Amino acid sequence: MKQLTLRTGKPGVHNHFKEEPMSKIKGAKAIVQCLVEEGVDTIFGFPGGVILDLYDELMDSPIKNLLVRHEQGAVHAADGYARASGKVGVALLTSGPGATNGVTGIATAYMDSIPMVVLTGQVPRALIGNDAFQEVDIVGITRPCTKHNYLVSNPDDLVPVLREAFYLASSGRPGPVLVDMPKDVMASLVAYPEKTEIKMQTYQPTVEPHPGQVAKACKAMLKAKRPVLYVGGGVILSNSSKELTELAEKTQIPVTMTLMGLGAFPGTNPLSMGMLGMHGSYAANMMVAKSDLLIAVGARFDDRITGRLDTFAQEAEIIHIDIDPTSISKNVKVDIPLVADCKNALLAINAWLDSSAEFDKAAFAEKHKVWIEQVQEWNAKHPLSYQDEGEIIKPQYVIETINRLTGGDAIITTEVGQNQMWTAQFYKFNQPRQLLTSGGLGTMGYGLPAAIGAKIAFPDKTVIDIAGDGSIQMNIQELATAKQYGAAVKVAILNNGYLGMVRQWQELFYDKRYSGTPMEVTPDFVELAKAYGAVGLRARTKSEVEAVIKEALAINDKVVIMDFVIKREECVFPMIPAGRSTTEMLLA
Amino acid sequence: MKHTLSVLLRNKPGALSRVTGLFSGRGFNIESLCVAETLDPQVSCLTLVTRGNEQIIEQIMKQLHKLIDVIKVSDISEGEYVEREMVLIRMKAEAGTRAEVLRVIDIFRGKVVDVSPTSYTVEITGSESKVRAVIDILRPIGIKEIIRTGTVAMARAPKK
Ligand SMILES: Cc1ncc(C[n+]2csc(CCOP(=O)(O)OP(=O)(O)O)c2C)c(N)n1
Ligand SMILES: [Mg+2]
Repeated sequence: MKQLTLRTGKPGVHNHFKEEPMSKIKGAKAIVQCLVEEGVDTIFGFPGGVILDLYDELMDSPIKNLLVRHEQGAVHAADGYARASGKVGVALLTSGPGATNGVTGIATAYMDSIPMVVLTGQVPRALIGNDAFQEVDIVGITRPCTKHNYLVSNPDDLVPVLREAFYLASSGRPGPVLVDMPKDVMASLVAYPEKTEIKMQTYQPTVEPHPGQVAKACKAMLKAKRPVLYVGGGVILSNSSKELTELAEKTQIPVTMTLMGLGAFPGTNPLSMGMLGMHGSYAANMMVAKSDLLIAVGARFDDRITGRLDTFAQEAEIIHIDIDPTSISKNVKVDIPLVADCKNALLAINAWLDSSAEFDKAAFAEKHKVWIEQVQEWNAKHPLSYQDEGEIIKPQYVIETINRLTGGDAIITTEVGQNQMWTAQFYKFNQPRQLLTSGGLGTMGYGLPAAIGAKIAFPDKTVIDIAGDGSIQMNIQELATAKQYGAAVKVAILNNGYLGMVRQWQELFYDKRYSGTPMEVTPDFVELAKAYGAVGLRARTKSEVEAVIKEALAINDKVVIMDFVIKREECVFPMIPAGRSTTEMLLA
Repeated sequence: MKHTLSVLLRNKPGALSRVTGLFSGRGFNIESLCVAETLDPQVSCLTLVTRGNEQIIEQIMKQLHKLIDVIKVSDISEGEYVEREMVLIRMKAEAGTRAEVLRVIDIFRGKVVDVSPTSYTVEITGSESKVRAVIDILRPIGIKEIIRTGTVAMARAPKK
């Protein structure tokens, strides 16, 4: 089969590629020019043999080229930069181990639909397939965890492919796109066609909602007595928080968000019941279980949300707004699908309601009054809470205090585990792009490099990685990157001496047999901070917590690590045990 | 339920592995798969036979469609269609069985394409069920080896 052989030639992707004589420039130079044209101002990378031509070109370019300490850090930093700013993040890796080190970062971005372009160097074309030094089939390895990927085997495809990569990464359902570039391609002369609008025959995401479906959805809302808005990361990715908030407020429909959706609707708004799912609030899970109309916006019915599928939202008719048709009716049967960009869909719904004679704001408030009261009653019955234990530091208290002292206004990244869930529960996110966390893949080690990426994008913002003592050690080396580029992030370690979330499962489901979860040795994080040229602070008692956070917030020119020695065996509640119904919450 | 999907694919390196990777990665099954170039050398056509309930087939179609290299996906088993498979069968052909082999081949309108002192290689084309029927009948006579192509299928041309 001839298509499987490695060939040059130009198969018909590039209908935007005009065949006319043009002057050629060196591949590496073309890449840089292309990146500038795409609006890239920052790259996170790590060099190696095959990518030196490109590194050389970058030296004279306006692009900031930041050297990380591990390629996973480069990809997470590009991801954090992308989540915080909404722009496409760019990571640059060398072939072989450089590329494979980046894979966890790529999979993390893929699961959360983050726009990103990962550029990898590859061995020269003549060596591909020969098990050459530092050769790895990174296109093969990342095929299932990228939105799309390319091996550029024809120099004249280089520029069109890069443009297509940025287009794919940022349009439709966003995602990481990898471009693998052989060393000799970057060294050859390549065509640099003029940039024209990209049209791809095989990729045309449906962004406009079907008017008939919009009407159906709105009519369902007119009828519903117990509606709920279930909001996911799609609302943040499509920048439609404003439209969503308008809809929720004018219809008086209570809102719950997934981990990825936090911040899409203000956490302090009385209609917000916070997060739903495995560690969601009692009220959020109850209202979904009892609703008669579930309006899913940019969320994908993940198993952490639905629990046992056959009992999920049994009484509800389901509207599902999503740009990705594969998300619809994948896990849960949807009654009214609306394939569209969330923003367009919400705009259309708002407009339909506004122009409908049947919709009246006051009447809706009246119609939902009993329901809202019921939801509030659930919330009052079992609010998110924790036991105060005197001078023992409770992790929830640390988050609450960070929330209070930052005015709820910081960019927060998290690691994975209990630290992540407590953050989701107790920090009240009022803005989109304020919480950066690895939701889909749950990647320990994400938070610190992502915080660096966010801080590079927003140097004037307070950026805090809320970390676990386990996770922070997975990319701790990036403290040096932060120092080198003056990315004065803060790290708040909730130090329980355990892989806490795993220990929690062992406590609840394995008879407290703590196999492989106690961390008997951890570095002294205060001393470690010093070693990296950062400031290290520690709180051992509750009364020290506030002072430590205040001191950390007052330091703007240095990385600060706060080590909070917390209650060792604290659990995250509520909790729906995996595979159980969402109403079967363990509350304490 | 068995479904026969026809997929038009950009003829690019790695495009086929995106399709097969999708099936293995998501736990869908492939009963047979047949690929070759179309009239346009930049496009391949892939005929894929799979099984699943309505919801699974819908997922498969949507997931295939989502692949950037896929141009078009159709479930041709939804309408009327023609399907053909070819099989090459190497039969033991000894003095006692030669005539029997030839007789069966003849009934199924197959032909002998290679002969050796101890074997006949025969070619038979037909629907998947015909191919299975031939194999079942020839098996007791003595099959040495078979190679099947998998099904290719085409929707019926509109009547008007
Ligand atoms: C890279 C990676 N490996 C393993 C896991 C499984 N895992 C989930 S939470 C967790 C414990 C995290 O410990 P720590 O960072 O100390 O956080 P805590 O739960 O104690 O707050 C582990 C091991 C993971 N999510 N990511
Ligand atoms: Mg821990």
